[in-house]
Amino acid sequence: MQTPAAFEYERATSVDGAIASLERLGSEARVIAGGHSLLPMMKLRLANPEHLVDINDLTELSYIREQEGEIRIGAMTRHVDLLRSDLLAQHFPLFRDAETVIADPVVRNRGTIGGSLCQADAAEDLSAVCAAAKASVVIRGSGGERVVSMDGFHVGPFTTAVGAAEILIEVRLPVRPDGGSAHEKVERRAGDWAIAAASAAVWMQDGTIGDAGIALSAVGLTTIHVTRAEELLRGKAPSDELFAEAGAIASEDCSPASDGRGPIDYKRHLAGVLTQRALRRATARALHQEA
Amino acid sequence: MTINVSMTVNGAQVSHDIEPRMLLVHFVRETLELTGTHWGCDTSNCGACVVRIDGQPVKSCTILAAMCDGHEVATVESLEVEGQLDPIQMGFHERHALQCGFCTPGMLMTTRALLDENPDPTDHEIRVAISGAICRCTGYKNIVSAVRWAAEHEAATANREG
Repeated sequence: MQTPAAFEYERATSVDGAIASLERLGSEARVIAGGHSLLPMMKLRLANPEHLVDINDLTELSYIREQEGEIRIGAMTRHVDLLRSDLLAQHFPLFRDAETVIADPVVRNRGTIGGSLCQADAAEDLSAVCAAAKASVVIRGSGGERVVSMDGFHVGPFTTAVGAAEILIEVRLPVRPDGGSAHEKVERRAGDWAIAAASAAVWMQDGTIGDAGIALSAVGLTTIHVTRAEELLRGKAPSDELFAEAGAIASEDCSPASDGRGPIDYKRHLAGVLTQRALRRATARALHQEA
Repeated sequence: MTINVSMTVNGAQVSHDIEPRMLLVHFVRETLELTGTHWGCDTSNCGACVVRIDGQPVKSCTILAAMCDGHEVATVESLEVEGQLDPIQMGFHERHALQCGFCTPGMLMTTRALLDENPDPTDHEIRVAISGAICRCTGYKNIVSAVRWAAEHEAATANREG
């Protein structure tokens, strides 16, 4: 029987209240949102917080809206709402691609975007999605808020820029014209973690790729942001040859481990193929030519 | 440390002092002695422990009972009302959708929630809905067929009553 070790529990009634609790309780306190990453970790004693601060009542952190040229997503927004949001799908269709294959519908009723990102599991899809979409996150502490890019947010495996008495409260996605995006994942069976997954976004400019975002899941200790392939694409006209070249870079720049999901060379191959597919689909969407 | 939790379970108000680490599945099975909910993989993979919280199906092995304080929980025991089986239960009976029965409570709660939201699901939509519910002996074909049976009989009943 798997049960977490003993801890003390309290419920936050406001974001500032949650931050005050974290400050008071010290570094052994953790925020719990959907709990679908933290509770399994606690059952296995991979996480042993002495205090849990439950933020499920903070419905003010559950929203997807367009504001100041950005799509803004509250940290408590659950996977099911990310999947169903037409606003999000319209501007960043890679979210719907990913949410269709993240865990299963029942798990998606609980898990949140904030929890997924803060877990910072390299195999998790939304970290790559957000990196490719050039998202930034808003982190709040008692001293105020700061806005951090995804590169700054991902500090290392299972480690983020969120401090001990801070909370991630919002994800921001800048909306730029003529954009398209896609997420491609291969998994062993429905609901499983990725063997490999690739997120891609492109923003077209005068027939060429003005900017691109590419990130990979499950093929390294952290989410892999393939900046070299992004640089390759900038200023070039989209073509299958170009995407193949970008895929080759993705294969080179990831660092998968051999495990039950497959050997290293297979995962590298997948990373390249999925990058290519994601770029092709992202570009087709940007040009409104999706088959 | 124990804390008091109060919630509505199958329409009845319950209140107990529990350890914060108690998972909802154990609260339901051991504290409330509602053993219809099955405790399976413990890792939110198998779906045998699905109950509904405020109408939403969730895996009760991966939620603290404390997190349900103030909420409405419905377990598989809520389906039968005054000796009358829910159409989804009748569908499982009619189409032989259970063999060992271990996954059945989770399957019933998951598919009941599906039909409440989508009264006429396709086979594919049913398969997606139960993609987080693992059956190891009956096979999914009869389960999908049972959900279709329930959908068709609910539609027929609604037409008669309408």
